[in-house]
Amino acid sequence: MRNPAPVATGLYEKRRGVFPAKIDGTFRRLKWAIMAITLTIYYGAPWLRWDRGPYAPDQAILVDLAHRRFYMFAIEIWPQEFYFVAGLLIMAGIGLFLVTSAVGRAWCGYACPQTVWTDLFQHVDRFIDGDRNAQLRLHKAPWTAGKVARRLLKWSIYLVISFWTGGAWIMYFADAPTLVREFWTGQAAPVAYGSVAVLTFTTFWLGGFMREQVCIYMCPWPRIQAAMLDEKSLIVTYKDWRGEQRGSVKQAARDPGAFGDCIDCNQCVAVCPTGIDIREGPQIGCITCALCIDACDRVMAQVGRPRGLIDYATLEDAAREKAGCPPTPHAKLIWHPRTLVYLGIWSAIGAGLLFALGTRSHIDLAAQKDRNPPYMVLSDGAVRNAWTLKLKNMERRPRAMRVALEGLPGAVMWSDAMGRDQAARSLDMTVAADSVLPLRVYVAAPAGTAEHGFHFVLTALDAEGGGDRTETRFDAPEDEALEHREHDQEEHAR
Amino acid sequence: MADKRLDQATGIETVGHEWDGIEELNTPLPRWWLYTFYATIVFAIGYVVVYPAVPLAHSGTPGLWKWSSRGALAAETAGAEQARAKTLAAIAALPIEELPGKPELMQAAIAGGKAAFRVNCVQCHGSGAAGSKGYPNLNDDDWLWGGDLKAIETTITHGIRYPGDDTTRQSLMPSFGHDGILPPGQVEDVASYVRSLSGRVAPGSAAALRGAGIFAANCAVCHGPDGKGGRQVGAPNLADAIWLYGGNQADVVASVTNAHAGVMPAWGQRLDAVTIKMLATYVHSLGGGEKFAPGQGAAPAADATAPAAAQ
Repeated sequence: MRNPAPVATGLYEKRRGVFPAKIDGTFRRLKWAIMAITLTIYYGAPWLRWDRGPYAPDQAILVDLAHRRFYMFAIEIWPQEFYFVAGLLIMAGIGLFLVTSAVGRAWCGYACPQTVWTDLFQHVDRFIDGDRNAQLRLHKAPWTAGKVARRLLKWSIYLVISFWTGGAWIMYFADAPTLVREFWTGQAAPVAYGSVAVLTFTTFWLGGFMREQVCIYMCPWPRIQAAMLDEKSLIVTYKDWRGEQRGSVKQAARDPGAFGDCIDCNQCVAVCPTGIDIREGPQIGCITCALCIDACDRVMAQVGRPRGLIDYATLEDAAREKAGCPPTPHAKLIWHPRTLVYLGIWSAIGAGLLFALGTRSHIDLAAQKDRNPPYMVLSDGAVRNAWTLKLKNMERRPRAMRVALEGLPGAVMWSDAMGRDQAARSLDMTVAADSVLPLRVYVAAPAGTAEHGFHFVLTALDAEGGGDRTETRFDAPEDEALEHREHDQEEHAR
Repeated sequence: MADKRLDQATGIETVGHEWDGIEELNTPLPRWWLYTFYATIVFAIGYVVVYPAVPLAHSGTPGLWKWSSRGALAAETAGAEQARAKTLAAIAALPIEELPGKPELMQAAIAGGKAAFRVNCVQCHGSGAAGSKGYPNLNDDDWLWGGDLKAIETTITHGIRYPGDDTTRQSLMPSFGHDGILPPGQVEDVASYVRSLSGRVAPGSAAALRGAGIFAANCAVCHGPDGKGGRQVGAPNLADAIWLYGGNQADVVASVTNAHAGVMPAWGQRLDAVTIKMLATYVHSLGGGEKFAPGQGAAPAADATAPAAAQ
């Protein structure tokens, strides 16, 4: 965006169109590959099936907001296990730092959705309007019927891609085949249509028209990266000590020794998707997509000069090279201490998450005690406390379970579905597949029981077994025991 | 803007103003940014026209849409009422003793009763319905006037010893000590006997033995020969561990000397029948509710279920 602009007349400036030329090369092919992978994952992932038996959906990746479940292949996350998701997000954040530390703004250049969709839309431009020069001509041409037709055709294709993008998004939140049917028969939830509309619009607008403006003016990430890049970061570098003084092949032939390798063909500018001139040095508009490297390498090959006039290099290495040392191999530049520290943190969190995932329990008991009132004296003098127990069954089949009292001698329990006459030391019940059974229980201990702690113990009654225990406290009146006759007598006897 | 000039170092024009020799390069904003800014201004004007915005002396300008937070609340409340109406009608149509047969309605009734309890009942019975001295604990299994759904509904509707309701739960214990029916020594003895029924005093003690005869002559008519109370007259069970006015010797002596006659309003005069029905299910659900058995333990007032007075 910082093309030499000797005199800007106003305080505001119309967007200068960017019409990147077609190019082929190593990095372009890498971009193709990454685009194919990311788009395939994005559009295709919701359609993968994963058999989970009769009690759970068979969609491999599903964020089931209505039932508060998150499915990812063999992993199923319940809301209280959201720390797994939080851990993944932290890993994603540190992953960005790691990538930035190792290979600079590679996220911006290759994998960012804004970059991928902009790239896709620029291919649409080339497909409809032709390459850079044809696009430029059409851009300047008056609005004839032909131009209008071409524009409408192009925008229609944008719209189809955008709609498909918005439509793919909602597939992650419901069973994809069902949702598609519901969507086209008008039976889907309003939020589905709203999400598709919003995402269609943002994709159409940001990918079709805003493009590099998003990176330069809207996105915070380039600013954060500017603070994260240092002299050890890989950035796209124009090797000015080799390229300057610029001069055409003819000029160089006329006056050998006066000119550098750059023949000022402007190909690096022509292919740039953000419209910058990399020869002005590192700048915020450079997303390090490396297409200028492809363009320059191709030209250098044509004029018979060595490749790499524009290449990935660190500032540190650039200084060394300038002084005449040979360039350091890229593989070596990647592994500096900061990269290793980020990699260590990232791996530690990942290992911790995997460990937690592997050892987590699929059966759980939580006991919430009534605090108001904390205890209750029954007519026979027994003391009653009440709890709301939550029996959690994370297996995808119903399970028979037993809740029992451990400690609290003489006490019995019953649920509010039965009477005190059926009270026992334990209760057996079946917890439905993939669900939590709330169970209100009363525990009565004989008169004179003092306040003390005990456990509820949950045991699975099937072959798989397993269980959980939770500590809680039995409350009892303090004075009541002292008032009791026998205790009175004991007091007197002392 | 006359001082615009081209900055030599950068080749960029300055914007033209200068302070202490400091100038600003003209780095133009994108034009779409400007249009976005204009769009927000247009939006703000529209907002001021449509929504309440300008503060005046007493209130603000109402705006074209006449929106107000009170209005929004009223609309939401009306919507909630409408959503509840069907459930409430179903609860109203069903006799209370048949509600447990419809678990979903029962759940709704208990939830509704809980909310109504928080508003109307907690002042005396406490937020946990645990009561206090003189105000019965509704969580336990001891009921003065009956603990099945029907009896609780009747008690709430007509109240207890409530002057404004002809079918209110009515009974009166004489003030044996205060009115001179029993001399103080006999009051002490009968209190000892009463406490011996629940084992608080040794059953064979001299005072308890003396009190047994006094109890049979004066108290058994309401509280029963074994002291287990009578729900027809709301006479408490004296043989259990629950004491509405305290179970110490001094407490019981005080109760016999100056009888208690607790009062609860007839809620039928203040609340609609559905709310009372829901309140009854909530109280019944607190852990001490008894099963409904027709013709058993029902108090005389049970036949008059209609609210005594129209709202």
